[in-house]
Amino acid sequence: MSQHPSTYIPKSALGKWFESRLPIAGLVHSSFIAFPVPRNLNYFWTFGAILVFMLISQIVTGVFLAMFYAPNAALAFQSVEHIMRDVHYGWLLRYLHANGASMFFVAVYIHIFRGLYYGSYKAPREVLWILGVVIYGLMMATAFMGYVLPWGQMSYWGATVITNILAAIPVIGDTIQSLLWGGYSVGNPTLNRFFSIHYLLPFMIFGVVILHVWALHVPGQNNPTGVPIKSGKDAIPFTPYATIKDIFATVVFLIFFAYFVFYIPNFMGHADNYVPANPSVTPSHIVPEWYFLPFYAILRAIPDKLGGVIAMFASIAVLAFVPWLDTSRVRSTAYRPLYKQFFWILVADAILLGWLGAKPPEGWYVIVSQIATAYYFIHFLVILPLLGFIERPLPLPNSILESVLGAKKGGSGMPAGANAEPQIKG
Amino acid sequence: MADTTTTLVEPTRRDFLYIATGAVAAVGAATLVWPFVQSLTPDAATVAAGAPVEVDLTPIADGQIVKVFWRGKLIFIRNRTPAEIKAAEDVNIATLRDPQADSARVKPGHAKWLIVYGNCTHLGCVPLGHQGEYEGWFCPCHGSIFDTSGRVRGGPAPTNLPVPPYAFTTDTKIVIGQEVTA
Repeated sequence: MSQHPSTYIPKSALGKWFESRLPIAGLVHSSFIAFPVPRNLNYFWTFGAILVFMLISQIVTGVFLAMFYAPNAALAFQSVEHIMRDVHYGWLLRYLHANGASMFFVAVYIHIFRGLYYGSYKAPREVLWILGVVIYGLMMATAFMGYVLPWGQMSYWGATVITNILAAIPVIGDTIQSLLWGGYSVGNPTLNRFFSIHYLLPFMIFGVVILHVWALHVPGQNNPTGVPIKSGKDAIPFTPYATIKDIFATVVFLIFFAYFVFYIPNFMGHADNYVPANPSVTPSHIVPEWYFLPFYAILRAIPDKLGGVIAMFASIAVLAFVPWLDTSRVRSTAYRPLYKQFFWILVADAILLGWLGAKPPEGWYVIVSQIATAYYFIHFLVILPLLGFIERPLPLPNSILESVLGAKKGGSGMPAGANAEPQIKG
Repeated sequence: MADTTTTLVEPTRRDFLYIATGAVAAVGAATLVWPFVQSLTPDAATVAAGAPVEVDLTPIADGQIVKVFWRGKLIFIRNRTPAEIKAAEDVNIATLRDPQADSARVKPGHAKWLIVYGNCTHLGCVPLGHQGEYEGWFCPCHGSIFDTSGRVRGGPAPTNLPVPPYAFTTDTKIVIGQEVTA
């Protein structure tokens, strides 16, 4: 935004009058119409737009659900059933909201791994990346509190387990726990304040998303080669190219989303959450929603309460330091033969941790969890810093254009176009 | 006297006013945070509802575990069999993670009654009674094992199931929430 002075010229007299008082049309024009986009972006770059769509979708469905939901321990479960059975299209609103949370995380995980693969966190995009980690943290807090609201068995016991995690923090843990509970245990005050915060956080996410997009528009987008835009030929205007591509990808994503909403709306949920909260009986097997499972596996892998809690928070916090842990000067993994292998091992490790998080904490599951947890940290704290010194990257193309069209004189090394992801030109 | 190259500017009355004003604003803002944080603490009704509760032990059969609530917290009342008492007393407490003698966890003369909080000290799940290696409790969530004295014997739980404040008013009646009978 700031580095691209607007070339927007209002046509009408009213437009000129308004633009001279609030130059918002010029801001939109320079950010989303004339904004230069690398011409070699693949479909992994459409998930930012998909995520903005999902955030808006969650806010809209959430605002409507809040019109019918009662944030009171005696009424909450009934009011959710009321939404499902009595409110016109209430089932649709709730299934869109509940599955929408899962879809939000599907998209954000693809978005995060896209960033890790193409080195989108490297200079000059460190602040952009850290803002992304902040958004991810806010998303997790929002999703956790939202899952508590139906006040079913998983809601209640999920809230109990997570608030007990915070009590492990030395010195201030008990105070934090008491302030979250508003009582001596998870109860009505807890539900009431979780609802309030669940309603607040999405708007905070929205604010950080604006900063995230702003921080993106200062250096511009990364691309599959990691080579910055060097001339006008490397770029195409955001509108129509990126706009249409983002819309198309969002529509395809919506088909995936709709399949869950209309055919398997409870696939991501847990049957125990259709049982009202009961403080005297724990479900035989407490599992969080799927998107928390890798972190849950890390929490349980450490045979020490405080240690498990530290490991879990560290596994998220370590992401914020990735721009400095990665010592390689090459952004895109397409040109990093060694890192490419470790990247996919990390993906497999994360999926393995997710699978382990859903398993009971006994026998060899515990040992495998410990190995997978150790590897997760070794990847970020040992492998990532060392590879930059050991690895011999492949030659980079001279420009984005060259990677798309192939080197003209063959002077600059590899036919990078074959290596960089499918070249879908907008 | 050697002159330093940097010229020190004498603080003015205006500097003092800036700092003093800023300090007052900061103290005011910090003070205003207090009522907001206090509003989150357990309210008066919740505290009032946390008064001691009386429990009659007569209907509890030998070996039975009964669940009661005090302050929204689950409490186990276990009528222990002689074998369970013996198992709890015969442990070398030096081998325990949270060393505590069984006698320190029951009231003198009432060794058959074990009264402990019913939430696992790991993350608060409800352990299942008469299960696990020591026939005490087993937590299905993360695998903590407790013996017939409610002491942690395995798994991630850091401490024993705590004993709530309670007292016997008669041989068959307890009051949970107060240490000594009035």
